[in-house]
Amino acid sequence: MRELISDIDAAAIADTRARYPLAFAAPLPVRLGRWGAWLAFVVFTAYCFWTFEVSPVRLWAGSGKLMEVASHLFPPTVGEAFNDYLWALLQTIAMAFIGTVIASVLALPLGLLCARNVLPVRIAQFLFRRTSDTLRGIDQVIWALIFVRAVGLGPLAGILAIIISDTGTLAKLYSEAIENAEKKPVDGIRACGGNALQTIRFGILPQVLPLMLSNALYMFESNTRSATILGIVGAGGIGFYLADRIRTMLWEEASFIMIMILVAVYLIDWLSKLVRRRLIGAAPDTAGGLH
Amino acid sequence: MTSPSAVALSFETEFRALGARKRLVSLAYGALFLLALGLSTWVGEFDPLKLLRSLPRIHEYAVKTMPTLSMATLWHDLNEWFYAPGKWLTLLWETILIAYTATLLGTVGALALCFHAAQNLRRGTVSYWLVRRIFEVARTIPDLVYALIFVFAFGIGPLAGILAIAVHTMGGSGKLFAETVENIDMKPVEGLRATGANWLQMVRYAVLPQVLPNFATFTLWRFEINVRTASVIGFVGAGGIGQELYTAIRMLYYEDISALLLLLVVTVMLIDVGCEKLRHGMIGKEH
Repeated sequence: MRELISDIDAAAIADTRARYPLAFAAPLPVRLGRWGAWLAFVVFTAYCFWTFEVSPVRLWAGSGKLMEVASHLFPPTVGEAFNDYLWALLQTIAMAFIGTVIASVLALPLGLLCARNVLPVRIAQFLFRRTSDTLRGIDQVIWALIFVRAVGLGPLAGILAIIISDTGTLAKLYSEAIENAEKKPVDGIRACGGNALQTIRFGILPQVLPLMLSNALYMFESNTRSATILGIVGAGGIGFYLADRIRTMLWEEASFIMIMILVAVYLIDWLSKLVRRRLIGAAPDTAGGLH
Repeated sequence: MTSPSAVALSFETEFRALGARKRLVSLAYGALFLLALGLSTWVGEFDPLKLLRSLPRIHEYAVKTMPTLSMATLWHDLNEWFYAPGKWLTLLWETILIAYTATLLGTVGALALCFHAAQNLRRGTVSYWLVRRIFEVARTIPDLVYALIFVFAFGIGPLAGILAIAVHTMGGSGKLFAETVENIDMKPVEGLRATGANWLQMVRYAVLPQVLPNFATFTLWRFEINVRTASVIGFVGAGGIGQELYTAIRMLYYEDISALLLLLVVTVMLIDVGCEKLRHGMIGKEH
């Protein structure tokens, strides 16, 4: 006979609880562990807030000023330098494009050398991987500042920064793609007597090229966003004007530049999505959305 | 009926025509690419020769940043190289804490808003549209620009940096969270709706259990990114090790640059490895 909901009374629940305690609650050590983790989380977070003096008073005072800034952001005003802005914005996109193209070429050999199935020498692989980690681990803005000191102010420093940091990122993505490639074509080429280079060219590259292109396009999108700030340290592009307008508190012009950046980024995203769909069909985003 | 040779012939011509068309399309794409590259070279004032000429200078710079270490006096040389370990490690710790606090605040913001920005759960056209725009603006304006503005509003120091990275994180994670929510299995949602649960209960019991592992993975990964970002917000006075690095690079304290960068790279690598471990642990639990 089936029990009805109305038949279940407190005694029945208590009875079930006694027989199957784990259905009602996790065992005590697990519960204690959870409480401990929460406690540690809360204490650590409180410590952070205390260290940084995040207090309601400070936040209140700051938001007052922020509101003032926000009110000055409208209406966005062009000022007299629209042509300069437009040129700098185009320069930003151009920097991102050249940087990505060169980086995606440079990353190919590095990516191959980082891949376990291409170079099965542990120590060499370790070295190449750490190289790409180092390139990637240092933020693009730091590279830009370094190159500004090494080669002077201007877009060349920005392009170099993009090349260096993207070579690291793309080499990692490429090597992952190469490691996930099907082994059978490689075996086939080897069995036919193909040498190492031929194996890579005919066994691996055809498999991974669409993925690599997709990654490179994705990096281009990402770079148009990140290149907008390289100008803050003098490495070319729109960032110079934006930082300057903020520092001199010309908020209306700053907001105009921000809107220009927003529009440019939308356009580039849309264009890149279009090209990606044409080139490789409706492949899913492989690199995920970094931004 | 057509003879086999005629079939073969028609196949041949068709095949050739297709091949020719494909080549034409590839050619057109190649031309477009070259055009874009040419335009970029012009607009970006990019001169390969200038790049080549600058290589010796970059090399010279790199050599100068290398510390002078000799085997005989290694300990002394290392001490000379890392002459301020206490100060630098404190700044490094501050940088990590900035990244942590910012990730936390940004994620809370993203979590609170993302369900409104998901097509399948949206509560109204206005809130859906508004939240999406908020996310877009938050992640498209670079974090360094937010940092500049917040330094003006909250004063020089880590608070400005935390808020800047938090805003950016909210935009970036919010978008990813919303996309995850859009891909959930809707059956539990319908089940809960049928029992008369309100929107908040539905989100809590039908949606959250499905998306939480993904959210956690994204958040860990975001933390890795934020550590990198936190290392540069000091360039505009928003706290962390960036200020020290900025001074070293601007003032050409060559050996400081390599010491600080080495510390930074090691820290970033350790954090990446740690997050990777945590992520694998979580994915293991999930299956």
